[in-house]
Amino acid sequence: MSDPAAQAPHGEGHHTNYVKIWGILVVLLVISVLGPFLGHPVVTLFTAFGIALVKAYLVGKHFMHLSLERKWIGYLVFTMLALMLVMVGGVAPDVLKHDGLGWENRAAKQSVEQGNAAGEAAEKAGHGAPGAAPAGEHH
Amino acid sequence: MAFPRPIATTRSATGIPTGRLAVWWVIASEIVIFGGVLGSYIMHRLGHPDWHYQSAHTNTAAGAFNTLVLLTSSLFAVLAHQAAQQKDGKKAARFLVFTVLGGLTFLIVKGFEWASEIQHGYTLTSNTFWSFYYTAAGLHGFHVLAGMVIMLFVAADARHNRELQRVENIGIYWHFVDVVWIFLFPLLYIAK
Repeated sequence: MSDPAAQAPHGEGHHTNYVKIWGILVVLLVISVLGPFLGHPVVTLFTAFGIALVKAYLVGKHFMHLSLERKWIGYLVFTMLALMLVMVGGVAPDVLKHDGLGWENRAAKQSVEQGNAAGEAAEKAGHGAPGAAPAGEHH
Repeated sequence: MAFPRPIATTRSATGIPTGRLAVWWVIASEIVIFGGVLGSYIMHRLGHPDWHYQSAHTNTAAGAFNTLVLLTSSLFAVLAHQAAQQKDGKKAARFLVFTVLGGLTFLIVKGFEWASEIQHGYTLTSNTFWSFYYTAAGLHGFHVLAGMVIMLFVAADARHNRELQRVENIGIYWHFVDVVWIFLFPLLYIAK
């Protein structure tokens, strides 16, 4: 089945000032770098991850032309994002919690303790802590 | 030797050119791949508060510079698409080469960054934070490299005004690689 009209690259007749979008993206990048200097975790959360979402939206809409694409392409992309969230939601309790009813992740607890101890020792010594223990399996 | 033009090049059963549709399918699968890595990283990061001792040693300046480089290369990619729409293959090819140079700059900076980190003892196996760091950034770097190679082939054709629809297709892929980095940057470099 051939549809010559569909062969044209989308965005024809649609005028976007791409340099202006790039300028906005660069300003947002500068804000995301400067955010942590304010020293407030909530502000950093917003300037780092809130702005990342805005940047991704701008790139998706204006550079990838998602807004001009067929609607089901958007549905396809968001379905994949939803599947990712299902995976994260399903696994998160096991990874985020180190103990629960009838189980304890001793290796993970030990890893955090060792990591903190190594980090504190390295800070006192004036350098980093590359050798902190890795996270372990459930026991 | 001349090959016959694949039927998918000119067919559109869905209302979307088949080549572009294929790129969207690739991106759909990539979302799950990168989403899995980043989702796992976020969960482990929240479960391991001690990792901030490790993340304090990533080079924010290098990460920020590389973000600027990728954003600029994305601008070149979309300008290449615009030139292809105007049937100006030579201009499109020129912008694609600029995009490739952006990717090359990104990889060179990454190389220096990794060399410095490894010299300081932060290796793939020194801590789970660094395992995630090298896996996520390495997987992303591999996608940058793959995009650069494909883009050079597309530019070679575009220069002779051939297969100009491919300029948009590789551009969509490149912007996706840019979007992945947009999330990697705060996760690995800003969240100290």
